Amino acid sequence: MAEVEAGTEAEATQATAAAGTGEAGTGGVGEKLGAVGQLRAGIRAYRMIAAMWIRSTMAYRASFAMAAFGNFAATGLDFVGILLMFSHVDALGGYTLPEVAFLYGTAGAAFGLADLVMGSMDRLGRRVRDGTLDTLLVRPVPVLAQIAADRFALRRLGRVTQGLLVLGYALVVLDIAWTPLKVLLVPVMILSGAVIFASVFVAGAAFQFWAQDASEVQNSFTYGGTTMLQYPPTVFAKDLVRGVTFVLPLAFVNWIPALYVLDLPYPLDLPSWFAFLPPVVAGVCCVPAGAAWRVGLRSYRSTGS
Amino acid sequence: MLWASGHGAGGGACLGLATRGFGLGARTSRKTGAVGVRVYAVVAAGGFRRYATYRVATAAGVFTNTVFGFIVAYTFTALWDERPQLGGYDLSQAVTYVWIGQALLMTTAMMGGGFENELMERIRTGDIAIDLYRPADLQLFWLASDLGRAAFHLLGRGVVPMALGALAFDLALPADPLVWVAFLCAVALGVVVSFAIRFLVALSAFWLLDGAGVAQITWLVGLFFSGMVLPLTLFPGGLGALAQVLPWSALLQIPADVLLGKHTGWGLVQAYGFQLGWAAVLLTAGRLLQSVATRRVVVQGG
Repeated sequence: MAEVEAGTEAEATQATAAAGTGEAGTGGVGEKLGAVGQLRAGIRAYRMIAAMWIRSTMAYRASFAMAAFGNFAATGLDFVGILLMFSHVDALGGYTLPEVAFLYGTAGAAFGLADLVMGSMDRLGRRVRDGTLDTLLVRPVPVLAQIAADRFALRRLGRVTQGLLVLGYALVVLDIAWTPLKVLLVPVMILSGAVIFASVFVAGAAFQFWAQDASEVQNSFTYGGTTMLQYPPTVFAKDLVRGVTFVLPLAFVNWIPALYVLDLPYPLDLPSWFAFLPPVVAGVCCVPAGAAWRVGLRSYRSTGS
Repeated sequence: MLWASGHGAGGGACLGLATRGFGLGARTSRKTGAVGVRVYAVVAAGGFRRYATYRVATAAGVFTNTVFGFIVAYTFTALWDERPQLGGYDLSQAVTYVWIGQALLMTTAMMGGGFENELMERIRTGDIAIDLYRPADLQLFWLASDLGRAAFHLLGRGVVPMALGALAFDLALPADPLVWVAFLCAVALGVVVSFAIRFLVALSAFWLLDGAGVAQITWLVGLFFSGMVLPLTLFPGGLGALAQVLPWSALLQIPADVLLGKHTGWGLVQAYGFQLGWAAVLLTAGRLLQSVATRRVVVQGG
């Protein structure tokens, strides 16, 4: 994927420094702040760094438009593949095209949001390798926020847009027996799904503290996960479905809640209230991801040069 | 996405390699008066070694290829359950096609990301001027290096996913070693076609300076028309006919069909002829573009 590397590191430093100064002004960083304070500081820093990168991207508007369109088209290719499949069959794994489109749209939008906010995390391995992570450590801003906002790429909205368009198509075509709960569940599952994927990004980044060259492993769970969720669960082997339900709970991104909305049975025998668990699962996922991140960051040793 | 991005090898290694390769080239040329084949063999070996250095990245890539292989194989199974014999493949052939795709994804660089980013960067920064007065041909040098890379990716990234796929699924792999030899020839020709396309893309940087947009579009078109998303025989009507004659079909569709025994005898000769034809056309175009481009090069400063 083309990285549009507009803007300068110097600008980034300024913005981060500014974020840090603001923080220092409100009474120091670290343990004193407590969890909530630290979270707030992180979000504030994230917003400032992201805004800085957006400004610098917008200096080259034509380039941005092309990159965003490319992002949009690249994801669209998946859906073209699905359309081509449905030009030969009426149902795949017992699901019609609009039903698959509903799965595709929800998975695509959730992953797209996570990729927009946290997609830069896979640059961590490179920073560990070339030692530039040290610069981030001395700034009075949470490292996670700095890494996640690093080279914030607004063009990734292309993926979100594409997912939402497919979801829109599905919602128009599908004949769903809407209830207030189902209406509420659609945005909730997209947001919770984004948080679940974001945890995968964070855990994957933590893994890169040890295996710097292995950033591709996390593609299996992020890109691979979203690809899997675009298809009906009936397509996959039961053990694989169990794995993404109980071990790495990607099934809560869309499969389980979406099948409730569509009134279709899940291949595993789960109680129906599982459909409302995505926000809980998302919250729970953050815990091990955050813990892995802390352990990773603490075990970091600089290059020593 | 049906593919995983990322290629492990870092950029830094190449400069050293290039210097070593060319250093040897200079020595050879002093001795024999012309750059020998040996230089390109050394460059190819260097290309192989360069990618072989990153073992953890290779293992990570194998893991990702395998995961994607599983996911896509299941979706193909569902499709072929509905429509057996779709596109002229039976179920086990269709699943085999998936694993061939994963094995060749890096080898024939269907997503790009081999030498061309580096060459574009050298054009942008002006380092290309140094390359041009070296006693080796620009196109042949990068072709040799890319063949070395492809050989490593076939062994390092291709064999293990294919073997794991064969363990988990019933694959239609040929028992006849001659078919495997024919397949390897088709893969080699596919790599040359892929190189020729990416060389043209890289040279566009002489005019555009930032070739990222062109690279991205070529990457998209290439993935789609190589048959990585779906076998080209499943494309409907005119789109299918177009896809079959575009050069990208040489990257996956033709090698896969050779391994699946779709091209034998005269058909195999025709398949090779198709690949060779595109390789010749595209390499010639690359050479012409190179001569036009190098006439444009203005080296700034001293």
